[in-house]
Amino acid sequence: MNQFVNLPDTNGLFGSFGGRFVAETLMPLILELQDEYAAAKNDPEFQRQLAYFQGDYVGRPSPLYFAERLTEHFGGASIYLKREELNHTGAHKINNCIGQVLLAKQMGKKRIIAETGAGMHGVATATVAARFGLPCVIYMGATDIERQQPNVFRMKLLGAEVIPVTSGTGTLKDAMNEALRDWVTNVDDTFYIIGTVAGPHPYPAMVRDFQAVIGHETRSQMLEKQGRLPDSLVACIGGGSNAMGLFHPFLNDPDVQMIGVEAGGKGVKSGLHAASLNGGTPGVLHGNRTYLLQNEDGQIIDAHSISAGLDYPGIGPEHAWLHEQGRVEYVSATDDEALEAFQICCRQEGIIPALETAHALAEVAKRAPRLPREHLMVVNLSGRGDKDMMSVAHHLGEKFQ
Amino acid sequence: MNTPTRLKDCFAALKQQNRPALVSYLTAGDPDAETSRRLLHGLPEAGVDIIELGMPFSDPMADGPAIQKAALRALEGGQTQVKTLDMVRRFREQNSTTPIVLMGYYNPIYCYGVERFLTEAASAGVDGLIVVDLPPEHDEELCQPAAQHGIDFIRLATPTTDAKRLPKVLSNTSGFIYYVSVAGVTGGSAPTPERLEASVAQLREYTELPIAVGFGIRTAEQAATIGRFSDAVVVGSALVDCIEHASTPDEAVERVHGLVSELAESVRACRTASEPQVC
Repeated sequence: MNQFVNLPDTNGLFGSFGGRFVAETLMPLILELQDEYAAAKNDPEFQRQLAYFQGDYVGRPSPLYFAERLTEHFGGASIYLKREELNHTGAHKINNCIGQVLLAKQMGKKRIIAETGAGMHGVATATVAARFGLPCVIYMGATDIERQQPNVFRMKLLGAEVIPVTSGTGTLKDAMNEALRDWVTNVDDTFYIIGTVAGPHPYPAMVRDFQAVIGHETRSQMLEKQGRLPDSLVACIGGGSNAMGLFHPFLNDPDVQMIGVEAGGKGVKSGLHAASLNGGTPGVLHGNRTYLLQNEDGQIIDAHSISAGLDYPGIGPEHAWLHEQGRVEYVSATDDEALEAFQICCRQEGIIPALETAHALAEVAKRAPRLPREHLMVVNLSGRGDKDMMSVAHHLGEKFQ
Repeated sequence: MNTPTRLKDCFAALKQQNRPALVSYLTAGDPDAETSRRLLHGLPEAGVDIIELGMPFSDPMADGPAIQKAALRALEGGQTQVKTLDMVRRFREQNSTTPIVLMGYYNPIYCYGVERFLTEAASAGVDGLIVVDLPPEHDEELCQPAAQHGIDFIRLATPTTDAKRLPKVLSNTSGFIYYVSVAGVTGGSAPTPERLEASVAQLREYTELPIAVGFGIRTAEQAATIGRFSDAVVVGSALVDCIEHASTPDEAVERVHGLVSELAESVRACRTASEPQVC
């Protein structure tokens, strides 16, 4: 009964998805990383350090909180929030960064680079780089820099150099291109901390494993609270790391339903969205084969979302595979639906969620009312919304004047 | 129809002449379809021995700024895979000897359909493919099917490719091997000739294939130096820059062909010139 959890294969493939579609310059390093990571997984000392930093530095375990007022508000399923927004730096991103920086140290790397969209992964990377005394360069699309100023400032405070990316369309995909160009140029001394379950093997599996702490905790917390597993799990998806972290430990539990929520932007039919599974086709980008937003000629199309963190034209390859297997249901929520759910969460629970997370809450708003109170629904509250104040104020401006 | 021996014949002829090949890179459709056609058709006369024609991609992650911008110009001008293959077809109507190698990224080929692409490329007269993001670990995707269509799959070896990995990189490689002179993106800084010569010599211990050197070669002088110990010298970003800096299509054609002529002259003289500093 391990049909969903023993992937990827040795070539980094989840069915036909994933792989290692990178330039030859990077291949030796990627193979080395694969070996180093495989060793670290079974190294008690590495695992001990990881557990230490997850606990005392990140603040894990994050609570599984019964959202009583949200449950009453929707009048259906019992809603639990997995409080990843309470982690140090305010999102799930740091779970992965701590793991990768420990690996970077172990491999003797002297410099950290990363890409970032909304800036949460950039902040988490800058944070661990500061903690471990490594110089850090963050690539961020010029467009995103403009809409995420507070995070840009946080990264600089933490000592990182933030490089605006103007090539292409100046968003997350271009930041990732630029980070890959940096990596290929500085391959000897640089460790690239990829922020999501994408990129060449072993990144999708490695990031998933570091994020799986979310699902493992949820499992034992729910067993403790209710004496059984949850009935459904809901998480938002850009690249898909918070969703994969929550889902993975439950993949072989057939009674646990899983729902991934993509960013529907102005609506999947409008063409202005970031829903790779609901509105894309298979292709090869950034080192892996997955579903992409692209035209018929294989040129990548810009994603659109109110949330910079979901504004990516691809999705992690394991999600592409789970989608084709039908194990996880992938839906989408529009900008407007996310904004609505954002406000409900603020008012009902006193928790300001990230706009990314609000997409998952928008699906809860659609689904929970139709379900009985006995249905236990866990939502990954992947990040807090402080960084989104400017965007939200812009979109809801009139209402608060 | 495709003549799979065009690359072989080209290198054999150059060996007779005791000189390296001049390989040019331009992006198909840059700066526009018509100018790109003129640029392509004039390359052999200007002195190019082997043509690399870039298939533009929206996310060229192994390329520096010059070729990134070239791809954008081409895509904004409406360049597609169909149009690129058509350019080759029209070129072949006039030139049946100069090898053409299509260079780019896998996604546009994958979306076009590998079989369809290879069938059309072979019939258009494409001799080889360089696909930057397909390492030997993914040979079943395109490299092996290409061989069945008589199209050479030319692989990149890089400064990070160590002796342990080299046999894997060389397996299934045909036509020539492209040695990437520096770890980095196209158009980067030039390598030191001494280190490069040693790397090429090391590569020769593992392969009989001709060795081309590229990335960071911009001037006739550099081309001559590197052409002394390599079988081919690739110049790309410097030519693409000529297009960017030209204010009219005519000027772009003139500048590109002008630089090609200079480079061609220097690679023709580099193994025979008496003045060592010229080389």
